Amino acid sequence: MNGLVNYEEMAAMILFGIGFTTLLLNPNLVKKIIGFSMMDSAVYLFLAAKGYITGRVAPIVVDSIQEMEHYINPIPAGLVLTGIVVSVSVTALMLALTVRLYRRYHTLNIDEITRMSKKEAEH
Amino acid sequence: MTHPLWQSIPFFCILLPLGSAAVTTVLPGRIAKWWAAIALTVVTALSTVLMVIFGVTGAESYAYSMGHYPAPWGNEIRAGQLEAIAAHFFSLIMLLSLLGGMRKIDEHVTKSKHGLYYAVLLLLTAALMAQIYTNDIFTAYVFLEIMTISGCALISARNRGLNIVAATRYMIMNLLGSGLFLLGIILLYDLTGHLLMPNIQEAVRALHASGEYALPLNVVVALISVGLCVKSALFPFHTWVPDAYGYSTPTSSAVLSSLVSKGYIFLLIKIIYRVIGMDVMADTHIFNVLFVFALVGMVMGSLSAIRQSDIRRMIAFSSVAQIGYIYAGIGLGTDAGMMAAVFHMLSHAVCKSMLFLAAGGLADASGNSKQFRDLRGSGFRSPIAGVAFTVGALSMVGFPFLGGFSSKVNLAMAAAGHGGMRALLVLVFLAVSTALNTLYFLRTVITLYRKPAEGAQYSPERGRRGFCFNGALVLFICVNIGLGLFAPSIADAILTGLAQFA
Repeated sequence: MNGLVNYEEMAAMILFGIGFTTLLLNPNLVKKIIGFSMMDSAVYLFLAAKGYITGRVAPIVVDSIQEMEHYINPIPAGLVLTGIVVSVSVTALMLALTVRLYRRYHTLNIDEITRMSKKEAEH
Repeated sequence: MTHPLWQSIPFFCILLPLGSAAVTTVLPGRIAKWWAAIALTVVTALSTVLMVIFGVTGAESYAYSMGHYPAPWGNEIRAGQLEAIAAHFFSLIMLLSLLGGMRKIDEHVTKSKHGLYYAVLLLLTAALMAQIYTNDIFTAYVFLEIMTISGCALISARNRGLNIVAATRYMIMNLLGSGLFLLGIILLYDLTGHLLMPNIQEAVRALHASGEYALPLNVVVALISVGLCVKSALFPFHTWVPDAYGYSTPTSSAVLSSLVSKGYIFLLIKIIYRVIGMDVMADTHIFNVLFVFALVGMVMGSLSAIRQSDIRRMIAFSSVAQIGYIYAGIGLGTDAGMMAAVFHMLSHAVCKSMLFLAAGGLADASGNSKQFRDLRGSGFRSPIAGVAFTVGALSMVGFPFLGGFSSKVNLAMAAAGHGGMRALLVLVFLAVSTALNTLYFLRTVITLYRKPAEGAQYSPERGRRGFCFNGALVLFICVNIGLGLFAPSIADAILTGLAQFA
């Protein structure tokens, strides 16, 4: 059963799907941001799961073990960290935009906000 | 390993705007403006030098290792003919858009935020240069996100409800695109174990030859292509375009429509050639998908443009159609088609930014209204903007001696060279789309030179927009005509660059 071996990857893909659909379809801005965070975290989960090999440790030489087979590749973890930085800044930006929109229109529904902004511009 | 001095140019083209962006955030607005202009001038000059070196001496493309770590560990920059041409045109357009829209920025952006606006513009330049030159796929992703964020800041710089809504909608669509792209490159990394483009390509070729992991490879190609299509606003994903381009300050619209979307397409072309490989790409049939969406976009964009009563929104919808042209070239799946796509990328970038700036000037001379009924006669009130708009419109329609004409010829020739059903489809859709283009662009030009409505009063002062605006538009006109006149040699250079890519 592949599903039992690769359960982390499966979970990551399901989470990605949920996040993606929320970001695309949910009209609530805060839920959209939550969806975005889920989507990106799912990718990092996938990367972290792929990067880890059972029984090996992080490549920090202690007890002077030099064999490559003892350690895992540190690059996936590095990529995850870089990715987290990117998604944190994007989340912060989205939240800032949401705050500005909420102060102006007193709702979080993007369809409603779009309608109100068009009406405001006509006057 | 040491490099000759000129090979460090790409590195400085990325580092200089990045460093300047950090400095301009703390400078007062007026100094920040000139700092940004000077930094962009230097980047443009350096890119021109690089283009001339590649063009005249026929130098080979090279990889430049950052921090002197050798290939599989270090991060690399790569420069060749195509990168040099793209960097030259993109930085030139960035500089001219900044100069042309300076007055409007002073008007539209809150005074205390001027320094930040120029910082964002410089950040965008750095991200664009990094996307053009990078040889590392994860670096490309990071700068792609930087580009997305600075694009959002450019839209929301004008503090109105409409702009913030437009910026939010832009972000949502772009985040979906980057999510798909990120998943794509992560899967690719898992399949190949490399991040540098040449190493990935080697591994992908081996996988393709052995037939292993065929399905995941297809998924990767689909995720990356669709992700970049969403970000560059190919037809069904264009819903944010009219608001984002239509309501922001002219410099932002010019930069977003002509540079940001092109940056993503350039990355896609780079991935097609240097990461996945043309033949592997063709085997996944993704070109067919891009081709169909492109053709539909070519016509639907133009049809939507006809229905607009606002000049800026009309130009924005025309961008959707023009992105369709570019993807039609890519969708042909041949070198000639790719050349047509790159050439149209340049000619559309040069033309669309000029149209947005000129439209801003024309609206200014018409009591700040962008409606066609108020724009009547604005070609006389703001003469240089009128001429610039006319030249841009003619180029979009495909008038000989202008960039747009050559790109249509290139696309038609590429289609004819491909033969079969696709040639017929491209030629038919090209004809229909050109007819529609003519309809709405020439209608606009005629409106600009009609007598104003009865009793309308406009102050002539607002039509004269100052030295920077007029100078930028005159230079834009020259670049457009130059692109048309030197089209064959530029096309040759692009073909050489594409050959260096493979």
